[in-house]
Amino acid sequence: MAKKLMKGSEAIAEAAVQAGCHLFFGYPITPQNEIPEYLSSRLPQVGGTFVQAESEVASINMLYGAAGTGERVMTSSSSPGISLMAEGISYIAGAELPVVLVNIMRAGPGLGGILPSQSDYFQTTKGLAHGDFRVLALAPWSIQEAADLIQDAFDLADYYRNPVMVVGDGLIGQMMEPVEFREDRRPIKELPPKTWASTGWKKDRPKAIINSLFLDPEELERHNFKLKAKYDEMEREEIRFAYYGPEEGELDVLIIAYGTVARVGLTALEELGEQGIRVGMIRPITLFPFPYEAIRNAADRAKHILVTELSTGQMIEDVHLALRDGRPLHFHCRLGGMLISPEEVIDKVHEILEGRSEEIRHG
Amino acid sequence: MQKDIILAGFGGQGILLIGKMLAYTGMQEGKEVSWLPSYGPEMRGGTCNCTVVISDRPVGSPVIQRPRAVLAMNLPSLEKFEPDLRPGGHLFINTSLISQGAQRDDIEVVDVPANDIAQELGNPRGANMVALGAYVGVTDAVSVEQLENVVRHTFAAKPSVIDVNIEALHRGIELGRQHAAGKED
Repeated sequence: MAKKLMKGSEAIAEAAVQAGCHLFFGYPITPQNEIPEYLSSRLPQVGGTFVQAESEVASINMLYGAAGTGERVMTSSSSPGISLMAEGISYIAGAELPVVLVNIMRAGPGLGGILPSQSDYFQTTKGLAHGDFRVLALAPWSIQEAADLIQDAFDLADYYRNPVMVVGDGLIGQMMEPVEFREDRRPIKELPPKTWASTGWKKDRPKAIINSLFLDPEELERHNFKLKAKYDEMEREEIRFAYYGPEEGELDVLIIAYGTVARVGLTALEELGEQGIRVGMIRPITLFPFPYEAIRNAADRAKHILVTELSTGQMIEDVHLALRDGRPLHFHCRLGGMLISPEEVIDKVHEILEGRSEEIRHG
Repeated sequence: MQKDIILAGFGGQGILLIGKMLAYTGMQEGKEVSWLPSYGPEMRGGTCNCTVVISDRPVGSPVIQRPRAVLAMNLPSLEKFEPDLRPGGHLFINTSLISQGAQRDDIEVVDVPANDIAQELGNPRGANMVALGAYVGVTDAVSVEQLENVVRHTFAAKPSVIDVNIEALHRGIELGRQHAAGKED
């Protein structure tokens, strides 16, 4: 298929349709409204159904029910809307249902603003809701990657029978870039038939009951260990990251950034390279599971480490965990919907190399 | 090689549309492109802008703080973006609506009476096309032939406006090329 110039939200929506998602339940919120808008006209074309629910709480519970039938389903929202969905997401994880969730993050806390942010890193990776569960989290940095990761997300959700969340900032939602959908795309996982799906009982198989309530503690513990085994498998099998910069030799500075912030980092890295400064960058593509080992290995050959985020410092805690040694880090952020510019990163690297940047220590 | 521009004006001037056409043309030529709109809480009739990057390599930051070119279709846009322009960058001023000139002398100013030219062509809504043409005429950011194809494609649903918009585009290109030639003399 030829390349099309698409807005991120529309590419995400089209990617879902191409992945076989025919059911969408959502509630509007900027900056992701073009996802439901696109699907409201697109889904009827493929025999699917679009529902604008009366609230985020309703839409996540509609998603829960629809996922129980084994259909591929998705909802999308932005930060405050995801908070409202929290309870339902926990139920879905507990009931082991595959769903794809999209969070086009906006600045908070509270209603905050509508401009880009990465302030939901903790929410996505550590505390999406109550109970002992994880969601696999994918963070695209371009519109093409957003489209690709959405399609992967459906395969991963089906394989693990677990929610998969794609997190982008407002830029991913609003920007237009060329996108190509591959017609020969194959699932990235071997997907067994959905024998667990609740599609009507004709007495020819055990009843398929969708449930997250386990009042017997021994049974619940077995369930919890079963869930843990899935999260452990994700940590073994699903880590994705990309490295940019010199492949060998010492680095003056290693940048760690994800999403569109990493694109700013890449521009800075290239300009600093022209100045003779050796800068590398690791971009986590999965936020859970996090590429701890890759960061540790790259850090071994870096004199300084700089974490850049659109938050007051959330991913940086995972970088500290990755390094294990309490090594001090440098940090640069913009907040409230303001963006990091390549010039700011370049200035920060110069400050680091000249000893003018304050180091951050955790613990 | 990277070309980037911030196109700015007020809502209704077709700023986002010409930005899309520019990005689309770049894509058709096999270049890497990005188009980023301002999407803040803007008022109808307020200012709007978009950033277009066209590059031989994957686009790094789609947010351009120091653009190589700025198109100001109204005064607030000129005041907002002139200070950001890179030294030596191109500042396209819609002199039909902006009576003041540039404040800086380390940039290259291109005067484009976009609304006057569009009016003269009997196509008052084509001022954006004149401005787009001027940018391409000066910078050769994309090929004229491909851009014409994109204009035809964009207005395919309204065939009656294709020729007038291509005419407006060419008046802009002509103006841009004359400016570039004048600089060489």
